[in-house]
Amino acid sequence: MSAADWRRAMNTGAAARLPTRSLPTQPSVVVGSDQSAPTTVRWLEFLRRELSVRHWVILVGVLIYPFVASPFFTYQIGAQALALGLIALSLTLLAGYGGMVSLAQMTVAGLAGYLVAIFGHSAATTISFNWPWGVAVLFALALAVAFATAVGWLSVRTEGIYTIMITLAIGVALFYFAQQNYTLFNGHQGFNQVFPPSVGDVDFRGPVPFYYLALACALLGYFFVKHLVRTPFGVALQGIRDNPRRMHALGFNVTAHRVAAYAVAGLLAAVGGVLITWYNNRISPGSMGLGVMINILVIAVLGGIKHPIGAFVGAIVFVLLQNFAIDLVARERFNLVIGGVFLVIVLFSPDGLLGLWAMVRSRFGPQSPNTNQRRHP
Amino acid sequence: MKVMKRRVWVRSLLAAAVAAAVVSPAWSQETLKIGLLATLEGPFAVPGQDSMRGADLALKEKNGMAGGKKIEFIKLSSDATPDKAVASTRKAVEQDKVPIMIGPLSGDEGIAVKNYAKTQPGVTFINGSSGAQATTLQDPAPNFYRFNTEGAQWMVGLGEHALAKGYKKVFLIAEDYGFPYSQVQGFMASYCAKGGKVVDKAWVPLGTKDYSSVIARMPKDIDAVLVVLGGSDAVNFLTQYEQTGGNKPMIGGSITVDQTVLNFKGKRRESLLGTASAGPMADSIDTPEWKKFVADYKAAFKDGFPSPSLFAYLYYINTKATLDALDAVKGDLSNGHKAYREALQKTNFKGPAGTVKIDSNRNGVGPTYITEVVKASDGSFYNKVVKTVPDISQTLGLSETEFKKMGLGSRDVPDCRK
Amino acid sequence: MSRFAKWFWSLVIGGPLAIFIVWAISENPRLFFVTLLNGLTLASLYFIVAAGFTLVFGLMRNVNLAHGSLYLLGAYSGWVVGDATGSWLLAVATGFATAAVLGLLMQVLVFRWMQGQDLRQTLVTIGLSIVLADVMLWIFGGEIYTFDPPSWIYGSTVLPVVEKYPTYRIVVLLVSLAIGLALWWLLARTRVGAMIRAGVDDRGMLAASGVNVQLVFALTFAIGAGLAGLAGVVGGTALSIAPGEDTRYLLASLMVVIVGGMGSVVGAAIGALLIGLAEQFGLAYAPTYGVVFTFVIMVLALAFRPRGIMGRAA
Repeated sequence: MSAADWRRAMNTGAAARLPTRSLPTQPSVVVGSDQSAPTTVRWLEFLRRELSVRHWVILVGVLIYPFVASPFFTYQIGAQALALGLIALSLTLLAGYGGMVSLAQMTVAGLAGYLVAIFGHSAATTISFNWPWGVAVLFALALAVAFATAVGWLSVRTEGIYTIMITLAIGVALFYFAQQNYTLFNGHQGFNQVFPPSVGDVDFRGPVPFYYLALACALLGYFFVKHLVRTPFGVALQGIRDNPRRMHALGFNVTAHRVAAYAVAGLLAAVGGVLITWYNNRISPGSMGLGVMINILVIAVLGGIKHPIGAFVGAIVFVLLQNFAIDLVARERFNLVIGGVFLVIVLFSPDGLLGLWAMVRSRFGPQSPNTNQRRHP
Repeated sequence: MKVMKRRVWVRSLLAAAVAAAVVSPAWSQETLKIGLLATLEGPFAVPGQDSMRGADLALKEKNGMAGGKKIEFIKLSSDATPDKAVASTRKAVEQDKVPIMIGPLSGDEGIAVKNYAKTQPGVTFINGSSGAQATTLQDPAPNFYRFNTEGAQWMVGLGEHALAKGYKKVFLIAEDYGFPYSQVQGFMASYCAKGGKVVDKAWVPLGTKDYSSVIARMPKDIDAVLVVLGGSDAVNFLTQYEQTGGNKPMIGGSITVDQTVLNFKGKRRESLLGTASAGPMADSIDTPEWKKFVADYKAAFKDGFPSPSLFAYLYYINTKATLDALDAVKGDLSNGHKAYREALQKTNFKGPAGTVKIDSNRNGVGPTYITEVVKASDGSFYNKVVKTVPDISQTLGLSETEFKKMGLGSRDVPDCRK
Repeated sequence: MSRFAKWFWSLVIGGPLAIFIVWAISENPRLFFVTLLNGLTLASLYFIVAAGFTLVFGLMRNVNLAHGSLYLLGAYSGWVVGDATGSWLLAVATGFATAAVLGLLMQVLVFRWMQGQDLRQTLVTIGLSIVLADVMLWIFGGEIYTFDPPSWIYGSTVLPVVEKYPTYRIVVLLVSLAIGLALWWLLARTRVGAMIRAGVDDRGMLAASGVNVQLVFALTFAIGAGLAGLAGVVGGTALSIAPGEDTRYLLASLMVVIVGGMGSVVGAAIGALLIGLAEQFGLAYAPTYGVVFTFVIMVLALAFRPRGIMGRAA
């Protein structure tokens, strides 16, 4: 079976419903290369197939957002939602496509943030190594991915529900360690003055440049995940989610696939963690405590764990609630509001807001030929 | 087709809502908005509410006006985490465009808000009640003012008092984070210098309620136990200590000997009498200013505590300083608040619990009250002021060079075991 | 595991442990035995909480992450009754009853309709725990509540080597032994217990043999939740109640059950012993990192026995 056949066989999503179009005779001007390299053509094919009108509208929308919104909205709402959404995206990859609900994604993100503070510049001058930001970020990402792989190795030895419990325990363990250790993690206080870098003329501390940085990372992450789940690896992962025994019988190394998924998700979470640390200009144990770990789960489930965009939808709703629930509802009862919303969503729409949207569409719109709805998450 | 239309409709609604939220101007002509941040969420909600009462009282005394303008508090909430404190502060400064910001409540939040203040030089930040040393000692922000004294200053003088009571060797039990470090440093600064010994320090992780292992470690030849825990944790400690047969007297930190401890119903209740403690205020201060403050508080807030708490007092003096300075410059916030900040620096008034003024680091310099537990005529226990130590600065009674040598309080600093 | 491997690992783990015990006793015998007793009593408290958790999971495959909230709810409701009537025993009974009723409601109203959807049930319990925690914070505020047990429980007893030891902790130990025995009797000697054990082994078969499975589920959930509530009052008397205790005991139950094995009450006992002792020895001899110690044990246990020490295949 060729890769193309495989893809078509496994393909139950949006692409199946789009009318097939004939290929352009030449690659688009954007690429700027004379030879039509096969990978480029494949990528463009992929883009043309994937992006419909609504995609273009949203893309344009997020690109011009800083120019219509105030700096506060750009930074506190927009950039924060994108960074949180990226971390939640890692959970969507693991849980929605891999069937492994890991609560340690925020822990990986937090660790990456800590490492950036330790390797780079911060207010704790006795601890920070003061390496240039590029080196610091690279090392931080690498170590965070290594940690995520270790977490994955530990967690795949157990199954299903156990994963939640074990990742929860690992996350809390790192929280306590960071809180107690002063030589490297600076204890309860954490690191302050962890600023995004200035590259050439662009100071990424400003709301608009930082927003675009977060947007770039988020877009990369989103398209990466969308592409990954169509590759043989991604499809195998979904197969493992549905029936690990059968996949094992077919000759796939189930454990290796799962650990690799943890590593990839770890990379996404680590990038999100660096962004969040730069956004807050600080990192402390509380940034990766139990509450925040659960928040990421809430965000992912709220938006819908079946599709990568769900993570960002959930993040936007969560950030809006967090900032404006205070004005609308009693300010002290924010947790009740978010918990209640989460509970309602899980009880009545297991696919989150996206599931609700799909339900509404199917009720009022033309019937789609095939759906990807499952009865349970 | 229908679906398309609905989608476009929904999207345009959303866009309109966003545009409206973003474009609405901040009308602030005769009204001056001041941001007010305290922890109103989570377990510290009750002290947070009282701090708001303190600020409201200060505004009430001025009939809601300062500098010729009507003052409106934009009340914000955090949950005692620094991240949330900064997020709320950012919302007030960048979205609601407040020129002056008062808050936050807890120590670590204070450090985070100070760091944020450095990125907003055009806004003046005034502390609420946060009491971490590092906020003004390490890398201070030129636009962050703290009119209250901090955790270490609150314990100065207690060391000498303990020596006077004959406690030459003490054992410390405290939680393992910044505020207790400062408190212990304040105690030890003079205690060690005058010959006292802290034989061992038991730093328990934050949130621990089980002190049995620590109690088992306590040596037998100590004179007293220095307990720097929150009031309710101190009750746990006392109960467990009593049950294991402990009988040494206690010295308390600033937040230790509170109502829950004073109402302790254990067998060794009588041994609580004489427990020494120290802080920036006490319920039983015997000056007319304090009595007036308590009376005003009680009259204004029927739903408040029987007596204003530490947080109400601290927010009160910080807010009063803010408003007084506005009056002094007649509301002139021009030129990057230049005149206003000079007025803040010159603050010097008689607050309910002593003079309120600041040093060159914009940190409060003020008195500390040493208290002991005594029995009232009706049999209940209360903290009686036995000594007032005036004009304590952040160098804790030491010279600048000595203090710099010591450094900020941490697990091992200062140390006087032998 | 081969005989050689067994010997090898016993030496690697047992060796340093033995050296430590010898050193600790010679250095400060009182501290060692006090810590040992503390560990045992803490383990008893953890056992009571975790036994309910593991029972619910073992039978219904439901990871109830609202277990900690049930603990706290039991504690608060017990406090209200204890404060009103002055009777500590009544408070204990109320704690058990309130949590049991809430557990029953949760099973009958919510989880019954999600049978088989493990992940969804877990997510619902997370949502419930967030909501319950905030509601309790709203009603009871952030202050700490302490109980007022009878003075004979609250004094100290004189023991050898240790000198004075809190009587209450010994009471907790005895209570948990009693509960352990009661659970054993329930599971091993009654019909209901036989049904529960059968259900843990094979749910389908249980239903096929004509038993009203939903009733058994409801009963089990009620017992499990009730145990958490009872532990709330018992634990709250020793260590006072405050918001945040729910996550603390939830984490403790999780670790005990992960180490001991899901679905096994004996496993809960073993896990509780390990975790309780590790926590107290960690706090006494290495206070800075003692908290992380218990997690390390959990990770190690998982590395060698992914299903827990007494765990069985799902």
